[in-house]
Amino acid sequence: MIAQKDSISPGSSLRAGGPAGPEADQHCPNETFVLNLGPQHPAAHGVLRVLMTMDGEWIKRAEPVIGYIHRMHEKMGENRTWAKFLPNTSRIDYLSAMHYTHAFVGAVERAAKIEVPPRAEYIRVITSELNRISSHMVWWGALLLDLGGFTPILYAFDDREKILDLLEGLCGARLTYCYYRFGGLYNDVDDTFLNGTREFVQHMQPRLKMYRDLVTDNIILRKRLTAIGGISAELCRKYGATGPVIRGSGVAYDVRRAEPYSVYSRFEFKIPVYPESDSMARYLVRMDEMEQSLRIIGQALDQLPEGPVMGKVPRVLKLPPGDTCYAVEAARGRFMVRIVSDGKEVPYRVKLRTPSFSNLSLYEEASKGMILPDALAMMGSLDLVIPDIDR
Amino acid sequence: MSLSTAIRDVAGGFKSLLVGMRITLGQAIKPSITVQYPHQTLKMPARFRGHVKLVLDPETGKSRCTACGLCVKACPSDCIELDGIKREGEKKKSVTEYELDFTKCSLCGSCVDVCPSDAIEYSKDYNVVSLNREDFSHMDLVKRLEAEAEIWRKHHPPQAAAVATTPVTAPAALATGAKTPSPGQKAP
Amino acid sequence: MSFLTLEPIRLLLYLVGVCAFVGANAAYLVLAERKGAGRIQRRPGPNEAGYAGLLQPVADGIKLLAKQIMVPPGTDALLFRAAPLMVMAPSLMCLAVIPFGANLVARDLNIGLLLVFSFGSINVMALMLGGWASRNKFAIISSARVVSQNVAYEIPMLLVVITMLMVTGTMNLNEIIHQQAGWFWNWNVFKVWVNPLMPVTFVIFFICMLAETNRAPFDMAEAESELVAGAFTEYGGMGFGVFFMAEYANIVVGCCLATILFLGGWQSPFGALSGVLGPLWFLLKMYALIFTVIWIRWTFPRTQFYSLLNLSWKILIPLSLFTLVLTGVMIKII
Repeated sequence: MIAQKDSISPGSSLRAGGPAGPEADQHCPNETFVLNLGPQHPAAHGVLRVLMTMDGEWIKRAEPVIGYIHRMHEKMGENRTWAKFLPNTSRIDYLSAMHYTHAFVGAVERAAKIEVPPRAEYIRVITSELNRISSHMVWWGALLLDLGGFTPILYAFDDREKILDLLEGLCGARLTYCYYRFGGLYNDVDDTFLNGTREFVQHMQPRLKMYRDLVTDNIILRKRLTAIGGISAELCRKYGATGPVIRGSGVAYDVRRAEPYSVYSRFEFKIPVYPESDSMARYLVRMDEMEQSLRIIGQALDQLPEGPVMGKVPRVLKLPPGDTCYAVEAARGRFMVRIVSDGKEVPYRVKLRTPSFSNLSLYEEASKGMILPDALAMMGSLDLVIPDIDR
Repeated sequence: MSLSTAIRDVAGGFKSLLVGMRITLGQAIKPSITVQYPHQTLKMPARFRGHVKLVLDPETGKSRCTACGLCVKACPSDCIELDGIKREGEKKKSVTEYELDFTKCSLCGSCVDVCPSDAIEYSKDYNVVSLNREDFSHMDLVKRLEAEAEIWRKHHPPQAAAVATTPVTAPAALATGAKTPSPGQKAP
Repeated sequence: MSFLTLEPIRLLLYLVGVCAFVGANAAYLVLAERKGAGRIQRRPGPNEAGYAGLLQPVADGIKLLAKQIMVPPGTDALLFRAAPLMVMAPSLMCLAVIPFGANLVARDLNIGLLLVFSFGSINVMALMLGGWASRNKFAIISSARVVSQNVAYEIPMLLVVITMLMVTGTMNLNEIIHQQAGWFWNWNVFKVWVNPLMPVTFVIFFICMLAETNRAPFDMAEAESELVAGAFTEYGGMGFGVFFMAEYANIVVGCCLATILFLGGWQSPFGALSGVLGPLWFLLKMYALIFTVIWIRWTFPRTQFYSLLNLSWKILIPLSLFTLVLTGVMIKII
């Protein structure tokens, strides 16, 4: 017999570990209980709350409850000018701010037909890929933290610090860069940044090998991720999951390839795909992506053209009436901005399609029948950023 | 699964554990990488974006701000308030009040971008701390500039005197300039 | 000298000594753990309280003592309060038979080994009661895990101990150490002529010891990323502090036992100087093992619960049974 048997009535399901009422024993089907994971829970990465109906340690149903960090970004987009919304984009997913700014800036440029100088595009690619690596490092550390390994996150942060220092030296901010502007960039790169990035690419090769030896090949990690947390490609399509999640299910969908933006078509890189569909596949996809990002950065540095970093932009930006989309491959998947203009200075609508939202949506279906630690490991392998879900 | 593969699996797994332990031991004997913050500090890069501040024109010892209000319009979070007057004998307005609400500022830099006279820049302050909310919700940038101008005047006595006595005729400025070199030379 | 040899006085001195040893170890092993974690993660660890952070345990202790022990409503108050004591007391008892030196033992019992294991198993029940009495879902899940984990790991551990009993032929811990006199190849772990799998036996014992003391990578009882703080979720103040200290006390006992059974206890590695420097050798070996425990914790992720049980039932138990049989055969042949 389980000590706490809460009935699954709305009232009692809200309690985490409080005493069950006297009526609890009377209408209790199947001896399940509700475990309230979050919004303050070490594995919930912020303020995600998951209501789990448990049968012992087995999950019967896991219902994510979101909205704890909803900040009305879409609505904010509707009552400020195009340029004023720019800082918001870095804050939707603070771990891959470059990609999000890229999508918004790209959408406005596409709508207003602003030409971006090639140098600016190359620098965008370099910074975006640096940002992708730094984002994957946070994920890597946080996943290991979820799995109970404390040390990898500090090694990852050691390397991530190098990226953040580079970007800070470039644009002055470490997390919410706001570096891309309509028509170009906030400022040009200097030699410190270019040399630093080259050094970083050199530095990362042995470090990635170290990551592999310490964690990827570790038997405990393999046991915890392999053949666990399967998400079929069908399920991904059903919920619109993108990014490493769908690539870990054997679908080679990458926005950089599928609908090339910026100058990505000029680089050679592989899209890592693993058909195993388990947590390990998603893990390996991200680890391989870091290597591919380094490859892209190396090529972009070699090809970097001279020239201005800012195109011609009208002083007062008024977009022609119409509907424009622009998607980028953010660290967590496909991030798309859809802007609707009615010809005024202020957008009519800014729709943000965030990857974490879709990736979380499949959690309820995918986690059914899993054991609690496995379900949390799977949640870690989805790489959720809660502000990105709630936005 | 046959017995031999099982044994090989176990042995391989055990070896991967030993490899992991070798790596952590290797890391443990390397020097630590952290900076002991209150005792040691890092140098901020040149492009560091701190809160905005008014630029002190090194030639005049005053702000370049003409109180045009473009930064106020550009700010996404409405955190700048400013006021200026047109002084006698000057072509443009000069700033008298520049208040930054740093509690709302997102450090996007739109104000710095948009300024036509390069009158504002990012400061390099990163450890801005106070026990008082007012210190951030009403940051008086003009007052901060005054403090800087005070130091500037000590280093540039002739020009400072000239500035202090505007509008004056050229000979008068020269006269005051001649009177005050001695304290200025003492200053480093 | 005759005064000190009086039995009650001697026992009182040992009681104080053991309490002080466990207390100081628990306090400073926490610091050692944090410092070790810091080194592995390339940061200095606690270094503000006192010189190089040496006063950190004092600061932590004062903090924990100053906190109120909250007994949440709806809990079983008696069990809730009793659980920390029940987890601490047995590990103190175990130390009564541990010989730190040739003559440095509180009670030289001829069933010392049995006593250690019988007291060692109380620890599980205390954790279970603590989780049960907390009336918290995370705690109860953790309790259930602790019980099945400890039941699973008690078996290979005892099989290993039986192997050792067959080799040594005695349960007296001091006697076991005496048998390992001489150079270090006389230690049980290197006695491959008795059983070629002796080092494997030692590894099995060590793994079981980690699992029994709920240490990473088997820290199911306190899986903080899954179960908040596991069985200790509802405990605050010194209630939590005692659990914490007991964890380290158990590690000390476990490492002492491993030292005695396999590494020759207070015997020096090269035959000489065992008498005078005995306690030194003992502590050296014990702390080396404790360092390994810390090192392991900060290297590996936590194991999956069922692979933990799989490891025990499918690998460790067959392997330890095999060594048991092998030892029996070898003894018969020789």
